[in-house]
Amino acid sequence: MDDLRELYQEMILDHGRTPRNFGRPEGCNREAHGDNPLCGDKIDVYVTLRDGVVEDVGFEGSGCAISTASASIMTEMLKGRTAEEVRKLFAGFRDLVMGKEAVDGGLPPEDKDRLMVLSGVRQFPMRVKCATLAWHTINAALKSPGKIVSTESGELAT
Amino acid sequence: MTTMSPTAAAESRWSGANSLDVEAIRRDFPILSKPVHGKPLVFLDSAASAQKPRQVIEAEVYCYENEYANIHRGVYFLSERATENFEQARAKVQRLLNAREPREIVFTRSGTESMNLVAQSFGAKFIGEGDEIVLSVMEHHSNIVPWQLLAERTGAVIKVAPIDDQGAFLLDEYEKLLGPRTRMVAVTHASNALGTVPPVKEIVRLAHAHGAKVMLDGCQAVPHFAVDVQDLDVDFYVFTGHKVYGPSGTGVLYGKAELLEAIPPYQGGGEMISRVSFDHTEYAALPHKFEAGTPNIAGTIALGAAIDYVTALGYDRIAAHDARVLAYATERLGEVEGVRLYGQAPEKTGILSFAVDGVHSHDVGTVLDHAGVAIRAGHHCAQPVMDRFGITGTARASFGIYNDEADVDALVAAVRQVKELFG
Repeated sequence: MDDLRELYQEMILDHGRTPRNFGRPEGCNREAHGDNPLCGDKIDVYVTLRDGVVEDVGFEGSGCAISTASASIMTEMLKGRTAEEVRKLFAGFRDLVMGKEAVDGGLPPEDKDRLMVLSGVRQFPMRVKCATLAWHTINAALKSPGKIVSTESGELAT
Repeated sequence: MTTMSPTAAAESRWSGANSLDVEAIRRDFPILSKPVHGKPLVFLDSAASAQKPRQVIEAEVYCYENEYANIHRGVYFLSERATENFEQARAKVQRLLNAREPREIVFTRSGTESMNLVAQSFGAKFIGEGDEIVLSVMEHHSNIVPWQLLAERTGAVIKVAPIDDQGAFLLDEYEKLLGPRTRMVAVTHASNALGTVPPVKEIVRLAHAHGAKVMLDGCQAVPHFAVDVQDLDVDFYVFTGHKVYGPSGTGVLYGKAELLEAIPPYQGGGEMISRVSFDHTEYAALPHKFEAGTPNIAGTIALGAAIDYVTALGYDRIAAHDARVLAYATERLGEVEGVRLYGQAPEKTGILSFAVDGVHSHDVGTVLDHAGVAIRAGHHCAQPVMDRFGITGTARASFGIYNDEADVDALVAAVRQVKELFG
């Protein structure tokens, strides 16, 4: 059960059960839809972007505890950040869940502490895509709004 | 072969009139003694792909080590032996399905390929604009998408037969879909997501009364119970080798000879011709007309060994065992608070789909895996039936000849662990 407890930490279970920022924020001006066709997870991420800064962010969808918690934690972290900061955070998070945090370099310590709760997926390679789906989707929303992304299309293999 | 023949070995695998000797069967499957995450493997995913007994593995190794060459080509000893063994496998499939003659058995790479063959070749000859194809809502994607591709190409129309909340096939509703334009009814003989066994004999009878042909997807049926294509009077019957304890990469299509004669080839190439010039090509006789290219020779021969293994155990005993384990699992899992079962049709095979309230099926799958219990989680390549129940997926335990009540107990204990963790 140890690996499992590390994967399903209390914070993950909590965010999985009662996700934060669930819903479509009023006045949002960017959105994208993410799919993991292998497991059927679906997510819509909504962003209110003003002057290049994320003013508000929310999501809807259905997925496992890992993908729901990851989306929920993500939305809590992004308000007030620039699109470029979001992109960097995503890159660092991806390194972290793939067990490459030694090379992440760029993650500020407080962000890293926050995201470490999801690092248990390293032991579960099949579940890495669950943890990164929301991040891929917000990345798409910021880059090309209205886009539909899939974990199985080449550009976001993980 | 120096080992006991598969038949003799399997015959010692049962004791008493109606029960399989599961302990002895388990000893035939090498992988079942390999631990997972340090725990004994409880393999409950045979509906995705079954494990292989030593007799099947040895038959494939024996072919490569002793009697391998390309078939239907060489005039030398090894090619003749390989050809003979390959054709023996065809005769075994013929007897398994009670087809009239071996030429009604076509070997393919998979159940999926068999169904694509029927959709394309039967479709090319008999299905045009405005013609109707009837499927059921609980089909696997491999019995949906080939027909959609055909419908897109030809302008044919797809109609979908419904099921009730228990997952039972609604024969009356199905009958209403049949009409003068119905050309093909393609339905499952056992649902991979729900386990439902539809009343196929009636389905065939009603389709024929409307002049339509019927293809049954038997991928989940052949591993569990006896199939008699003459008794069913079905026109095409499909199954895959790897779910019936044979190698992956082996598929079967049965077709009534006159229908296989009437429809065009599926792929062009070697083996499927009798004479080729740049002006004209004559196709080979059945079944070779549908077997372009070098097939999975050793795998098909090993599929023959799998059929020997299963038939020696006896479908009566396999079906009785399957029903007993399924009934026990349904009862035990149904007792767990917060567990919902999907698919409780009166006629079912050894598949049990379930959900744990408030827990996604993939989380269930991960926790069960850590207890050594291998199940499938997700939509099972049957999204329309998931939509029918308003869910995105289920956890699915499926049972084979090597599973018994102890496996069910391990499953139930692991499901309780899920509840504890997600509490």
